[in-house]
Amino acid sequence: MAIRTGAQIIWECLMRENVSTVFGYPGGTILPAYDAMLDYPIHHVLTRHEQGATHAADGYARASGQVGVAIATSGPGATNMVTGIATAMLDSSPIVCITGQVGTAVLGTDAFQEVDITGVTLPITKHNYLVMRVEELAATMREAFHVAREGRPGPVLVDIPKDVQNAKCEFAYPDAPIAFPRRRIPAQVPDDELERAAEMLNQAERPVILAGRGVLLSGAAQQLREFAEKTQIPVVLTLLGLGVFPRQHPLCLGMAGMHGEAYANRAVQNADVLIAFGMRFDDRVTGNLKTFAKTAKKIHVEIDRSEIAKNVHVDLPLLGDARAVLEQLIPRVETKPREAWHDQIAEWRSETQARDVLRQEETEGLAPAHVIHDLWQATEGKAVVVSDVGQNQMWEAQYYRHDEPRTLITSGGLGTMGFGLPAAIGAKFARPDAEVWVVAGDGGFQMTQAELATIVQERIKINIAIINNGFLGMVRQWQQMFYERRYAATPISSPDFVKLADAHGISALRVRRREQVIPAVRSARANPGPVLIDFRVQQEDCVYPMVPAGADLREMIRRPMEMEMAK
Amino acid sequence: MKHTLIALVEDKPGVLNRVASLFRRRAFNIESLTVGRTHEPEVSRMTILVDTELTAPHLVEANLSKLVNVIDVHDVTQTPTVMRDLALVKVRADAGTLAEINQLADIFRAKIVDVASDSVILEVTGDEDKITGLIDLLRPRGIIEMVRTGQVAMVRGVNESGTNKRMNGNGNGHGNHHQ
Repeated sequence: MAIRTGAQIIWECLMRENVSTVFGYPGGTILPAYDAMLDYPIHHVLTRHEQGATHAADGYARASGQVGVAIATSGPGATNMVTGIATAMLDSSPIVCITGQVGTAVLGTDAFQEVDITGVTLPITKHNYLVMRVEELAATMREAFHVAREGRPGPVLVDIPKDVQNAKCEFAYPDAPIAFPRRRIPAQVPDDELERAAEMLNQAERPVILAGRGVLLSGAAQQLREFAEKTQIPVVLTLLGLGVFPRQHPLCLGMAGMHGEAYANRAVQNADVLIAFGMRFDDRVTGNLKTFAKTAKKIHVEIDRSEIAKNVHVDLPLLGDARAVLEQLIPRVETKPREAWHDQIAEWRSETQARDVLRQEETEGLAPAHVIHDLWQATEGKAVVVSDVGQNQMWEAQYYRHDEPRTLITSGGLGTMGFGLPAAIGAKFARPDAEVWVVAGDGGFQMTQAELATIVQERIKINIAIINNGFLGMVRQWQQMFYERRYAATPISSPDFVKLADAHGISALRVRRREQVIPAVRSARANPGPVLIDFRVQQEDCVYPMVPAGADLREMIRRPMEMEMAK
Repeated sequence: MKHTLIALVEDKPGVLNRVASLFRRRAFNIESLTVGRTHEPEVSRMTILVDTELTAPHLVEANLSKLVNVIDVHDVTQTPTVMRDLALVKVRADAGTLAEINQLADIFRAKIVDVASDSVILEVTGDEDKITGLIDLLRPRGIIEMVRTGQVAMVRGVNESGTNKRMNGNGNGHGNHHQ
């Protein structure tokens, strides 16, 4: 066996976990690891902030399905990772964060750049480790990757004191089985439960499928499609589920919830059976829990037991991996035309479409929905879009029609502004051949715009669409609707984004009119380098429909029309 | 109503912190929590009483099971179980009242473990009702100080899937704790 330093062991382990790219920022206590890095064929991306490194690792994980890796020093380096770790935790994204720590001799003395980062991140990691002896390092690294990936994925942090990085020991990558989870979920769902589920679905007259990110994580998009097509049950998606079922499929009703399609929310609220796959009944999806899908018997297919009956009473929980459960369910369900239900949904759908801003050819100023729609058209729906948070994110979710899994990357659970640009960097490294677009607001973009320099240093091609309305738009929308238009701290100025891009050596355009949108997107695509487009849109447009927080899903604030249609 | 959970956890630094942090974060309402060693050197054992009015016990059990350092969790509420709590109670006592306290202690099978000129310390072991019963009777005599361990529980008999058999996760062994 070879003798290695702790610093070398870190990279030896990363090599064995097939890590090709890491995102990070060096500093005092992680110096030994950075020194050792030069001897290993792993590419390091220097982000401009540790938050950017964590989001990039997260974006990498979401785009590829592989574990993303971020590295930082102790103290401020580690605390800067916190938002990125929480973002990954809330969206079940597998990342491993490696932090340097002060030497074991001074641990607990408030030494320079000492922070108890395992204490700080305890509630926002799936698990974390403080490695006190170099002999523990290899097994800990291996377990960290396993825990991050296994079951419902999540972030894991490994904190490594500087003297542990410098210490030497014999290195061998362990291969013993890892005892986590202790209680494995059986691959086979009990027969009686499958029978009951099939019976409920076969007898249903108004069934709805609700699909979330768990379908993507289990690689069950194909099985979901087969299941929906066989049963002819319409499919409603969560924000993080977008892409797991083709948006343009006739059975797809799009996104449900606070900014979901009106007809999707109506279908959920009128369903008699609701079968949910890999989603957790988040408040943004359910609205008022007391009135959520009240008439529906609920079947919940879920891999994480602690999500079952957490928010919503479930009539039949099916514990398991979405793909395994779908494969066992498909042979048991019957094909039924369900014409009356589809006719009803079609009626709701046409009412929604009549109100759609896409029907308005002329708007006063550039409509954000038009920008996203045209971006979708001009990229032939094939881009990987990394959205930021707020109105831009909701317009993207509504108007970019994602037909494939992993084509939308967005911070759903935590709603982290500033996620878009750094996460897109990670996504581009995960899928270098993909066309990657950032869709961000002028507010969120400014939170992490320092990462523009990272794009340039790494010579990667990412296109950036800023939906620039001069406001922190989603908060402004809430102020308009619920705070009598008192715009407290929501007007926001921005630098000249075109000049800012120029200062970085990035090409940029400004677009103010509808007819410029498609040509601008085309020119960005044709450009071999990164391009930023500053879309100057209507300042006070709102995302419609909107279910106010905690309200019944039927209580939607709709886009005002010139002639109010009959309900 | 109360539910009793037994959790076997790895005897490592910070494990109690992880469990306590989980309860706090999820706003679980815990009636009592005891932790101590077991016959296996690397395993600690927790007995957790959950107030089901405020907290769904299945969520406590499911969330605990997700912690990497938790080996196994059982809800033993429906299982025949021996439950014990230990209390030390310091009560005012002088020559005039000592005999009476002694009598009370006998009835409850409590022991007088220390006698001072103005007080005695009683040790009582038993289930919740017994201990509460004794304390209620001692209260009028002047309780100076009291400490209780909280309840510990053990399922009766040998059952393969129970808490007397350490779970090894489908025969995977429980190796890999990097010592």
